[in-house]
Amino acid sequence: MSTLSDPPVESFRLSQLINDTRYRSYTFQFIALILLVLFFGYLLSNLFQNLRDAGLNISFEFLAEPAGYDINQRLIEYTSQSTHLRASIVGVLNTLLVAVVGCFFATVIGVVVGVLRLSKNWLVSKIMAIYVEIFRNVPVLIWILIIMAVFVAVLPQPRDFRGEDASASMVFDLFAFTGRGFYLPRPFFSAEWAAGGTGWLLVLASLVGSFFGARALGKWASKTQEQTGNRPTTWYFTLGIWLLPLLVIFVIGGLAWEIPALKGFNFQGGIFARNSFIALTFALAIYTAAFIAENVRAGILAISKGQTEAAASLGLRPNRIMNLVILPQALRVIIPPLISQYLNLTKNSSLAIAVGYMDLTGTLGGITLNQTGRAIECVLLLMLFYLTISLCISAIMNVYNNSVKLKER
Amino acid sequence: MSDKQIAFVRTEMLPEQAPPASQSGVIKWVRENLFPDVLNSILTLVALFFIYKIVSGAWPWFANGVWGTSSLSACRDVLQGETGACFSVLTERWNQLLFGFKYPVEEYWRPTLAFVLLFVAAAPLLFAMYVPRKVLIFTALYPFIAFYLIWGGTILAPLFGLLGFVAAGIAFPRAERAAGFAAGLGAGVVAAIVVWLVGGMIAAAVPGFLALEAVPSRDMGGFMLNFILGTVCVSLSLPIGIVLALGRQSSMPIIKWICVVFIEFIRGVPLITLLFVANVVLAYFLPPGTNFDLILRVIIMITLFSSAYIAEVIRGGLAALPRGQYEAADSLGLDYAQSMRLIIMPQALKISIPGIVNVAVGLFKDTTLVSVISMFDLVGMIRGPILASTEWNGVYWELWGFAILMFFPVCYGISQYSQWLERQLATDHR
Repeated sequence: MSTLSDPPVESFRLSQLINDTRYRSYTFQFIALILLVLFFGYLLSNLFQNLRDAGLNISFEFLAEPAGYDINQRLIEYTSQSTHLRASIVGVLNTLLVAVVGCFFATVIGVVVGVLRLSKNWLVSKIMAIYVEIFRNVPVLIWILIIMAVFVAVLPQPRDFRGEDASASMVFDLFAFTGRGFYLPRPFFSAEWAAGGTGWLLVLASLVGSFFGARALGKWASKTQEQTGNRPTTWYFTLGIWLLPLLVIFVIGGLAWEIPALKGFNFQGGIFARNSFIALTFALAIYTAAFIAENVRAGILAISKGQTEAAASLGLRPNRIMNLVILPQALRVIIPPLISQYLNLTKNSSLAIAVGYMDLTGTLGGITLNQTGRAIECVLLLMLFYLTISLCISAIMNVYNNSVKLKER
Repeated sequence: MSDKQIAFVRTEMLPEQAPPASQSGVIKWVRENLFPDVLNSILTLVALFFIYKIVSGAWPWFANGVWGTSSLSACRDVLQGETGACFSVLTERWNQLLFGFKYPVEEYWRPTLAFVLLFVAAAPLLFAMYVPRKVLIFTALYPFIAFYLIWGGTILAPLFGLLGFVAAGIAFPRAERAAGFAAGLGAGVVAAIVVWLVGGMIAAAVPGFLALEAVPSRDMGGFMLNFILGTVCVSLSLPIGIVLALGRQSSMPIIKWICVVFIEFIRGVPLITLLFVANVVLAYFLPPGTNFDLILRVIIMITLFSSAYIAEVIRGGLAALPRGQYEAADSLGLDYAQSMRLIIMPQALKISIPGIVNVAVGLFKDTTLVSVISMFDLVGMIRGPILASTEWNGVYWELWGFAILMFFPVCYGISQYSQWLERQLATDHR
């Protein structure tokens, strides 16, 4: 017979904080927390000491003061009398402009190069491989500076367009590509009611409406297909949903084009894209495209040949195999690194400062910082902005990753 | 019927005939790889035209290149209106491009020697299977040798730096055996600090002992600066990255969140803002009166930056290890430090090699960003002193071509090496 006895009552000893794995982690965390607080306390006490010595303080009032410098590329109204805050907003918009345009072109170039690199054509695939390797292995700052230098050196100056025997001429009499920047025709609404932004708001609204309309149409087609087995032909309806409202708005609003023309020593009218913007965007796009090309190639190679063969044996036609079998699987591999490349491009756009493009780093982190001497505030705001963007992009990535995750049972 | 004469019976084999010209050799290859169908033929022709344009544009420029004149205008006099490169800028300014414009000319052998020795030191790490392990001793000594060679000053400073580590290495195992890992770590740190303090006093007392001419950090420049920043920051960020990755995987919530916030913060901001911090903000957070060089502040910020990226790569490696490895280590009775050191880390690091190499290449490329905060690295030299000088104002292609020639082989070489290593380490059955 065995006798039962109470387990020995454990009394807590101080040495258990170190030796007992149950309590040790609390000790460690406590120590870490103390050290962290001490570290930050030390930094902050130094900060306040230094600020007191220099007679400074932390304040964001400088944002309301007039900036006093000019920004030559801007999307919203800005004069040198505007505040530093407005200068920063101009910078934010310029950053976002470079990021969006750059991402678009990087994706287009990257996908084309990635597909061509897998081409059976030996010459083409080798050229693409050389392009990818050269761009991936040289710093992006060097590419930005090279492309800026080439841009200024190779393209004609506006004065070359003058005179009877001009050495340069406008393309189709619509576009002027000069070393100072690109002059493009500008669309505008001539009708009274649509001028001043109303017309463009309407265009935006119609695009959003068309998007939902086209989606509803697609859903209806899928439903019909499930019920009857035949998918109704919808592509001309879709095309109509996208184009007709736009056409109507354009005709009623009286869409017209303002074409740049040479007046005096420079072009007037139209959209002017400054050389620093074009060079920066182009450099970032082809640099990032080299990375995207590798992602695309890896994504396509990741789909085993068996998938294509299985789909073919089910009787699917080649374009359906691509749409229904290959692309959904390849995109799952391609999109996450693609989004992180977008993030990289956005962060690299801060190199704008090297070619004098006034993005946020150029306005807030550059001239504003130097003029006001408010280094801590400016750098803090700068970091907060980039942090917000990258957290947003990460959030989008997480949502996407969850939506395409393999549904395992 | 049966004895009907057969007219002809071939008794020997016909000699083998060569395949038709279109099915063999060059023609077949060209047909299959360059002109298989209409679309590909067009692509090939476009590509050929493209190559022709580049070669026909670049060749005269390269072949007519002028070497050995003293300024761009002298180059133009020699060329007399023809297209041609002005490579004289490279022969004239190569020392500035490589070493910066302040490093004393008669001491160029020192960084050069350090650069050559780097290969000896790196060999046992990179090619562990071909180089005898004894060379690792030299690798351990290399940081101190390189410091002595590049910065100069008395040999006592790096010597005591080394002795501090030796003291820590002696103290650690004894204290660990006596009182466990944490105590060993503490004893090692204390021993090292004692040696460094004593050594610092001795070195300050005899600054001329076996001294090379001291070169302050602000005189470093050119490609050498890129190389120093790249090597130092990558090597320093590896251990920090490992610690951060382990912290992020940790089951202790406070430690985990400290690491997560740090990593996500650093990864969310561009390097250039961190360099701004190093340049203008960091000084505010240091005790009043301290003033250490820009290069050291930049090294700190770049190291923090790359350690966050390396931590993410290693975390990927840790997550890719099968759960069973952790459980096996636990069931053997290993404690946390042992299981990480002996079981988990060797495998996780192996998985993360390609990622770490990508980070290293990216970091090496990003060292050019220091030119934005007016340090004179290779890009800073080209944009600043050289292109701004009256002699060489306007020489773009030659200088940027040189910059590409400096960076491309290093980065391409490292990434090719990582692919080779990946194949060497592949232990799965294929």
